[in-house]
Amino acid sequence: MAETKEFWRWTESRWTNPDLDWKNAKIITCGVDVGSVSSQCVIMCDGELYAYANMRTGSNSPDSAKNAFNRAVEGTSLTLDNIHFTVGTGYGRVNVPFSNKAVTEIACHARGANFMYGSTVRTVLDMGGQDCKAITIDEKGKVQSFLMNDKCAAGTGRGMEVFSNLLSVSINDVGELSLKVDEDPAPVSSTCVVFAKSEATGLLRAGWPTEKVLAAYCLAMAQRVVSLLERNGVQPDFAITGGIAKNVGIVSRLERLLNLKALKPKYDTQLAGAVGAALFAKALVEKGKKK
Amino acid sequence: MMITAGVDIGNKFTKVVIVKDGKIVSKAMELTGFDPAGAADKAYAAALSEGNKARGDVAKVVATGAGAGEAKFADDVVTVVGADAKGAFAAFPAARTVIDVGAEEGRAIRINDSGKIVDFAINEKCAAGAGSFIESMARALEVPLEEMGPLALKADKSIAMNAQCVVFAESEVVSLVHAKTRKENISKAVHDAISARVVSMVRRIGVEKEVLMIGGVAKNVGFVKGLSDGLDAKVNILDEPEFVSAFGAALAAAEE
Repeated sequence: MAETKEFWRWTESRWTNPDLDWKNAKIITCGVDVGSVSSQCVIMCDGELYAYANMRTGSNSPDSAKNAFNRAVEGTSLTLDNIHFTVGTGYGRVNVPFSNKAVTEIACHARGANFMYGSTVRTVLDMGGQDCKAITIDEKGKVQSFLMNDKCAAGTGRGMEVFSNLLSVSINDVGELSLKVDEDPAPVSSTCVVFAKSEATGLLRAGWPTEKVLAAYCLAMAQRVVSLLERNGVQPDFAITGGIAKNVGIVSRLERLLNLKALKPKYDTQLAGAVGAALFAKALVEKGKKK
Repeated sequence: MMITAGVDIGNKFTKVVIVKDGKIVSKAMELTGFDPAGAADKAYAAALSEGNKARGDVAKVVATGAGAGEAKFADDVVTVVGADAKGAFAAFPAARTVIDVGAEEGRAIRINDSGKIVDFAINEKCAAGAGSFIESMARALEVPLEEMGPLALKADKSIAMNAQCVVFAESEVVSLVHAKTRKENISKAVHDAISARVVSMVRRIGVEKEVLMIGGVAKNVGFVKGLSDGLDAKVNILDEPEFVSAFGAALAAAEE
């Protein structure tokens, strides 16, 4: 399909911790989260974040995993041989060629959120590319219960991408723009993204400005996610992970509907799964597992 | 000798049927687009002119469909399920299970031997069970919509689709194309997926023979094959299945 401008294309990133030297580390582990839309690779030295890369997933999971690893170690002298253990997670976790073990993304997101947001987190909402998970966790980051929607694009990053393309607004600007309304309009009433798209086109034709349509869609998405969260139970502290956590239009509406503030992220919110995977890898090495 | 008209304003197409004494005099179809009222006006004018009739000749007009309220010239409105049942029973009296799959909705209706509605089920929430699913997949496959059904019949292998949602299925189809899967087999997978969803809706109300399928998607042989395999029953199709609802509305207009 020809798309002249790719409004959905979010910014890929990579980072190396300037305060760490991997050569001093006892245990070097790697977590790779191959999602349906994005892939992350996290390298940890003795349980501390050393390097990461966050990339789009291509049509081939093994290549996406390798690309993310290569990007993460870029500029360091690290190679796969230096990694003591690698855990793969996410939708493509069985397709990580260099992984030593696969762990479900629910467990990894829980563990990762515990590391990234602290041990007080009890409710994790992961808003990914093609799914949405509500997870309750204990102080160690262990999963207590979870609910997941992976059947329907409503409430997922892909749904938001469809809207950013429809309205020709960069996915990075959707949230900010959706807040430029005096008051939220009624939410888009169709659940299905395909029907919501037609509904939004109708609203534009009726003269609604782009920001009002975005506000209506962000509100609908937030309401949908709140019902998933509430079915699983919501208790503070609350953290949002995944790409949509970067969308202030969704986060602020979620906070309003739940009457609960989300913890401010210190790291790239898309890393949670890979961070959890790298931590699982470390725990496995400590238990004597060899790759 | 009463002349009546039925207008069915669907999400994709608007259909008008003019009926005299239970028989179709003329019909017309227009794209609904973003102006359902205009589409209804145009289709009505076209049907009248085709039948050599003037507005004054028509005793009563009944509208149905997702945009039923938009037909300003209509005297009354009837539900789609009601119009479907009436039209289907009149056109094919042996019908006991009527399946109507349109662009954005799917319906299954069970009627008795006098055409009365016994039970029905509707999906209007999810595009994965409606014609727009096939349309989106056709776009992803870069195949004209009309060729999708015939293409599916040429498949040599059954492959399962993982995605249910149209949005996710689109990416899956693109991945299958990249993996050099034959378009014929992808098309079959698409039709198997949507017909399986419609089959499960029909099963909820129970299947009784004869089965009649109406609505625009009935013209898609790939879908009808999947439906008939899934229901393990013969699926009857009329010549112009997309007009049955409008026909039913016109018949409703003739009743008092």
